This record gives sequence, C-alpha cells and structure tokens, in this order.
Amino acid sequence: MGYVRRVCTIAAVGTLGVLPTAGIAAAQQHAQQPAPEPAQPKVLRVALTTGIDHLNPFTASLAASTQVGRFIYEFLTIPSAEKAAAAPALAESWRISPDKLTWTFKIRQGAKWSDGQPITAKDPAFTFNRMLTDETARTANGNYVANFASVTAPDDATLVIRTKTVQATMDLLDVPIVPEHIWAPIKDLTAPETDTVPVVGVDDGPYRLTEYKQNEYLKFAANKGYWRGAPKVDELQLLVFKDVESAVNALKQGEVDVLNRLTPTQFDALKDRPDIATNQAPGRRYNEITLNFGVQNAQNQPIGNGNPVLKDIRLRQAIAQTIDPKTVVDKVMGGYGQLGGGVIPPIYQAYHWDPPPDQARGFDLAKANAALDAAGYRKGGDGLRTEPGGARLELRLTGHANRGFDQRVAQYVSGWLHDIGISVKQELVSDEELNDRTNAGNYDLAISGYATNPDPDYALSLHTCAARPNAQGKGGTTDTFFCDPQYDQLYAQQLAETDPAARAGYVKRAQARLSSQAVNVVLDYDNALEAYRSDRFSSFGKQPQPDGPILEQTGYWGVYGAVPAVARSGDSAANTGLWIVLGVVAAVALFGSGYTLGRRRAIPMDDRE
Amino acid sequence: MKGPFTDSRQDGQRGGTGTARFVAVKAAEAAASIVLVIVLGFFLFRLLPGDPIAFMARDRPTDPGQIAELRDRLGLDKPILAQFGNYFLGLFQGDFGESYLERRPVLDMIGERLWPTVLLVGSATVLAVAIGLWLGIRAAWRRDSLFDRAQTGIALTLWSVPQFWLGLLLLVATGGLFPSRGMHSPDAAPGFLPQTLDVLHHLILPCLTLLAVFYAQYMLVMRSSLLGEMNADYLVTARAKGLREDLVRRRHAVPNALLPTVTLVFMQFGMVVSGAVTVEAVFSWPGLGQLTYDALHGPDLPVLQGVFVVLAGAVVLMNLLAELLYRVLDPRVRTG
Repeated sequence: MGYVRRVCTIAAVGTLGVLPTAGIAAAQQHAQQPAPEPAQPKVLRVALTTGIDHLNPFTASLAASTQVGRFIYEFLTIPSAEKAAAAPALAESWRISPDKLTWTFKIRQGAKWSDGQPITAKDPAFTFNRMLTDETARTANGNYVANFASVTAPDDATLVIRTKTVQATMDLLDVPIVPEHIWAPIKDLTAPETDTVPVVGVDDGPYRLTEYKQNEYLKFAANKGYWRGAPKVDELQLLVFKDVESAVNALKQGEVDVLNRLTPTQFDALKDRPDIATNQAPGRRYNEITLNFGVQNAQNQPIGNGNPVLKDIRLRQAIAQTIDPKTVVDKVMGGYGQLGGGVIPPIYQAYHWDPPPDQARGFDLAKANAALDAAGYRKGGDGLRTEPGGARLELRLTGHANRGFDQRVAQYVSGWLHDIGISVKQELVSDEELNDRTNAGNYDLAISGYATNPDPDYALSLHTCAARPNAQGKGGTTDTFFCDPQYDQLYAQQLAETDPAARAGYVKRAQARLSSQAVNVVLDYDNALEAYRSDRFSSFGKQPQPDGPILEQTGYWGVYGAVPAVARSGDSAANTGLWIVLGVVAAVALFGSGYTLGRRRAIPMDDRE
Repeated sequence: MKGPFTDSRQDGQRGGTGTARFVAVKAAEAAASIVLVIVLGFFLFRLLPGDPIAFMARDRPTDPGQIAELRDRLGLDKPILAQFGNYFLGLFQGDFGESYLERRPVLDMIGERLWPTVLLVGSATVLAVAIGLWLGIRAAWRRDSLFDRAQTGIALTLWSVPQFWLGLLLLVATGGLFPSRGMHSPDAAPGFLPQTLDVLHHLILPCLTLLAVFYAQYMLVMRSSLLGEMNADYLVTARAKGLREDLVRRRHAVPNALLPTVTLVFMQFGMVVSGAVTVEAVFSWPGLGQLTYDALHGPDLPVLQGVFVVLAGAVVLMNLLAELLYRVLDPRVRTG
C-alpha cells in the first residue's frame, strides 16, 4: 500500500516536469520579444485596467470598449488633438442649413474598408438609420440620434441628416461608422458573432483589429493605408490587467509600455526611474460635494430625508465658503489636481468657467461665521450653532468608504464645518449604498463626482429638471437634483446654439447659475496620471496639446501618435535570470528523482509487496 | 428455519437495498440543497443595495427613454415574485439570465471562465494535496522534531498570509521571469505545443501562490489525523512483527489516518472554482473568481446569482461524492 508515496512521487515529478516546460516557454517568449534590428515589428503594449464588455460598436458601452471603437473605426468627425474641438475625419467638411436643422456632410472619397470595399456616404447613413430603427443599435450611443428626423445619402459623397430640433452636438457625434456590407446582413445585433474579428475586424481606423481573446488581450495591426498616414508602430496590443499594482509592476519589468489611472503614490514611485517617463495631465472628471437643498423628484414632490435646514441658501453659501479646494488639491490629491470652478473641467477650455473675482466666495471662515450669525444661527457655549427652531445644527456627510479621497475630504470638511459651528456626522458607506442614498435623496452632504465629455451637453444635463428621477426613484441621471427654470433655459439655449462662441457663453452662464445656488461645491478636477517606457517610446500624441493625457482622451491620438525610441536595451539581464531558474529547476529535478529512486532501492526485497 | 447461508444472503440483499436507499436519500438531500441555494441566491442578492440601471447608466449620457427601455428589457419592472418565477423556470432550460453589464447570457460567461479556473485552482489543489499530505505524514511521524516544528510553523504562516499580497510579492520577486497577467501571451506562436507551453508559463505564478496557501490545511489535517493513530495497538503489533518503521508508517498508520483527509479533499474540490478571487485579480487570470469580482462591483445580479448557483452546486455535488466515497472506503461506515 505505497499509494500515498506513489501519488506524491507522481505529483512531484509532474510538477518538476511542468517547470522546465514553462522555462522553455519563457525562453521562447524572450526570444520572440522585438530585438533592436529595424526589421522587427515595433509593438506598443498598453495596459488596460478596465473591462471590455463588447467589441460591437452599437453595444460597447464601457470606456475601454469605446476606446477600441475609436482605434478601429473612423467617425464622421473627431475631437481634434490640439483642442479636442470638432475636426474632420470621415467627413471632410460639413455645413448647416439656415434653419439649423439640416446638416450636410461631405464624405472623404477614396478610402477603403480593410476588406477592400470603398467607403461611401451609404455607410454612415446605414449606421445612423440602423440606430433609428433597431433598439439594440441604440444601446451605446442612442442619445446622439434621439433627435434625428431622417438620414439619407443622396450620393456616395454626401450625407444629409435632418434633426427635429436644433442640436448643437451634431458636429461631434460620438458614433463609430460601420461598413454597411458587413453589418446589414446581421439581423440580431446581440448575436455573439458581432463581437468577433471577422465582423469587427472589417474596419477603417488607424489600427485594424486582428485578434481578440476575451478578458485577456486585443491585438491590432497598423492600418498602412490610413488616410492620415500609417501609425509609426506596427502592432498595438491592449493587455487586460485587473489590478493596477500588477500593471505598475509589469511596466517596471517592461511587459507593458504605457499605462494610466495611477494613484498619486504609484505615480510618485515611478517618477525617479530613468527608463520610465510620467505624464501628469488635466483630467476630465470633477469631484464635488453636493448639498441636499430639499431635493424633489421629477414630479416636484419632495423626496428623501435631507435636513430641511439646508433649504436656506445663506447656510449653503456659508458652507460653500468654508470648503477650501486648494487644501483638497494640495493635501488630498498630493498636488495632482486642479482647483474647482464650474462643472466643465479646464481641459475643455472653451467651456470651462471659473468664478470671476467679484463672485468668487473664497475660503473665508470668518465671513462664513459672520453670515451665519447674521442669519440667526446662534452659537452655543460648546461653539456649535443651533437652527432657528432650536435644534442643534448637525449635518450628515456621506461618501465612498473604500475611497481614500472621500475619507480624507470628509476629515477636512468636518473640521472646517466644525469651525463655523456645524457638527458633522460622517457616514462613509459602500458604493452601492451611496448610490442608493444619493438617488433617493437620503443625505445632507454627499461626496460625488462625474467624468465629462468634450461636448458640454452631458455635464450640464446632469443638473437639469429633466434629469431628476421619477416618483419611483428611477428614470433620470441627476447629479445634484438641481431644478431651476433659469438654468434649464440656459441649458436649452446652449443646446440649440450652433455658433461655438455664443454656445460657450450660455454654457458658462449655466455653470455660474448652478454655482450661485450653492447646491454643490466643485472641489477639484483630478489629473490623469500616466507613465510610459521612455526607453522604448520617445513620445505619444496628447490631447489637448501640449499637456493633455495620452490614454485618457476622447480620440485615438495617444496611440496613433506613438513614436518608438531609436534604440532599445537588450534582454540579457532577463535571460541571465531565466538561465538561473532553469538551472535550479534542473538541479531540483535531478535531486528529486535521485532521491526517490534511492529510497526505493533502500527498501529490502522482502519488505516489498 | 434459518440456516447460516440464508442469513448471509439476506444480509447481502439488505446491504444492497441499503446502499441504494442511502444513495437515493443523499441525492435527494443534495437536490433539495441546490433548490434552496437557488431560492436563497435570488433573494439574498436582491438585498444588496444599488440600482442596476443606475450602475449601467453611470458616467454615460443616458436619457430617461433609454433607462425605461433597459428596465423593461431586463424585466426589472415586474414584481419580485414574478421575476423569481421567470428566473427559476429559466434555470431548468439552461437560461441563467442576461448580464446587466455585458448584456450577454450568464451561462456563456460562466462557461468561458470555468475552464481557466478549473485549470488554475485544480492544478494548485492537486499539488497542494500531494505536498500537504506528504509533509503532514513526515511531520507527524517525527513530531516535535525540528522538521515538524519548522513545517508546522511555515504552514501556519503561509495559511494566514493574504493571497493577493503573496501573489504581488512573487510577481516582484521573480522580476519578470514569468508573465504578470492573463493566461495567454499575444506574442505566443500558433500551434498546440507553443500555446500549451505559453499557458503553463502563465500558470506558474498564480498556481504557486495558491499552492503556498492551500497546502497548509492538508498538511495540518494529515498531521493531526496521523498523530491520532500513532499510539494505536495495531502499530505496536506491526512493529512487533518486525516491520521497518518506514513500512509501519506507510502500510498501517497512513491508510487509516488518510480517511478523514479524503472528506476534506473532496469538500475542498467543491471549492475549487471559488477559491481564487483575489489571486485571479492579481494575475488577471480570466477565471470565475475574476468574473465574480467584476460582478460584485455592479452589482451585476444575474452574474452573481449564476456564479453562486454554480459554486454552491459544485460544493453540494462534491459533498455528496465525499459521503458516497467515504462509505466505499471505510467499511465501518457501511456496517454502522
């Protein structure tokens, strides 16, 4: 009955058998890595730290998936590299009818899909019409066509879109254009084949999809016939990392060339490495504290359990004056952020609003204290104030329990509010719980934030009356529950204004109106923190230029503009390590088998069964 | 009139029927457990805070019409009992629902992720059983020796180390010799052999991490189980027969001490699919653990429910097998 020993021996030998094969695989991989010779293909490896839901551009919603769409499909127009403003892409030019309802796009001629078929105006017409007629096709970008009356292609070079009402977002429709001859025969857009290379691989962007291993990686080949000119790297790889720390380690070890979404700590740790360059760029996300001013649902019925005292705008303004965005940027963000103003971050310069000096509240505890004294909030002996009704002035502050930013902001805000006589009860909860509380209006102060787009419409729409949820707590995506006729009018005016300068004016006035009501305090705009292998790549395309992000952008400029470095260091060090490992494995294998054989021989014959 | 032969035949018949009944009862219990799991899984996940639609619409321009459409399509408008009815009936037709996040059938998603997890956790478990039992036997046989104390100490330490931390440590320590992510390299050559080697290359670090944590419990259980047998009379008899110490251990003590371990091994096999959430996240291994990790963030309820049913089903099934196997292995259970 030596089966235990036999099992153990087989397992041990099996393990030892596996290790050398892995070593061979390691050797193979190292052998396959591009050597300095110019004949080797230049590969750009990007760490992808967020998930991919679909490749199908009609249904792909997650940020990384839409980015894939940008790499492989041309759009009618795209946000330019310089300023993230509308620039020609598939459409060479466009004009608007005098009534601002008809948009005529002139489609670039001579370009081809990757299967050789010509690209014509019929392709964008098909794409938009499919979205108008097929509910599934509206999954990802339906909001862009909701206002379309008709889309036609009178000839191969002309696309005509008529809208029901004036739509300012028409020059930046964030919709990938697909080839009609591939997608028209596909009746069910939820079919798994729409996520495969034979379908999605027929494309026309700067890169062409060549391989997709779900949840693992995507491979792209440079489109040599791309109308802007072929990218300078031959192959693009997006490698899925579930853990940013592992991705940082992979960057250090040269497994990936570029990654983003670093924490300030990780970013600082990478700064001093000679082979790695870092990029700190203005981001497109705002962080804020929202104040429950007595929120209502879409039917104007009060909801939630917010402290009614916050209905007093004098109190809200005093609170806003007590919060110091500079401390948040310096102490909480470690300097990696920009001071807060309106809800459109400064990366979108044309629409960003900062309060003019005469309207800026400034961080001023004395003024806030005086304002509260004047408003009748009396201070007791313990330094805390009471509401006019006699109750102690106490507010709840909710935020994400698992987010360092929220934890530290909560500490600072509690301290500041205490200084003006307001007691704060911190309630940091799970993401889901926070979502539930803020959707239902069950908060006094909440730490929140949103990512914005180059077009200001989305960020502004989050504060319109229409964005509020219905009586069941559903139906809208509001940020602040703000509902103000003056704001809504400015929102409608910017949406209907096609003159960029005039539109920017409305956008800024809308932000000023929102700010004046003190329903939220924009704390800061996060920086995009990125790093890349400077020994392999000398530069990347930034958007906007010159200081924008590489990966966190709304375009393909980052990877399209990647320039490989002239020389690359060899892999000799890694290979030395590999040989050491192989040597150790071989020694262990020899020792192990020798030991096992020796033991068997040592058992006398008459003891064997 | 009863003779000895009649008696034995009757015993035999009774034994056969007993086994059949035993199997039937155990199978029925297992089936009941699975139904309970389905019911619990459905309502338990409904207690999680968070509106799936708000999650899907987060950070994306979504108009109320789109949101209403989504709600209708996912059946979230219906009363909860109706939702449960649909879900329960669907399960019997192999329909685990549609993921909120990816909007694909949950069964497809679980199917894609099952094999990588079985490969990773399965191989780690097989190795952990082999190494754990071997070390446990040695440690028990030389109890209180330096070897025993060292092994027990190492095992207890590794058992208490967080898996993700150990994984990250291994990643840094091996300095790029092994890939830090995924199961396949985009640069691997086509063909069966290179692809297999590529997977093995990717498997080493996550497997080693799991192995380091897993083997400890087998080692400790085997050790204590064997210690329980050490002073048994039959060992004295075996030694009295003049058997070498080595053979006393291998042929007499170990087989008896192995019985409780078998149950543990089988029960642990049921956990094979669930045991690697953090390790899969560290190494971006495309398995069920990672799927669960992603789904929890939503929460993507249909995926969580599906994974829950599959995992719980595996545990129930393996427990059933363990009970049946134990009956086969240990005659005392049969006669008792």
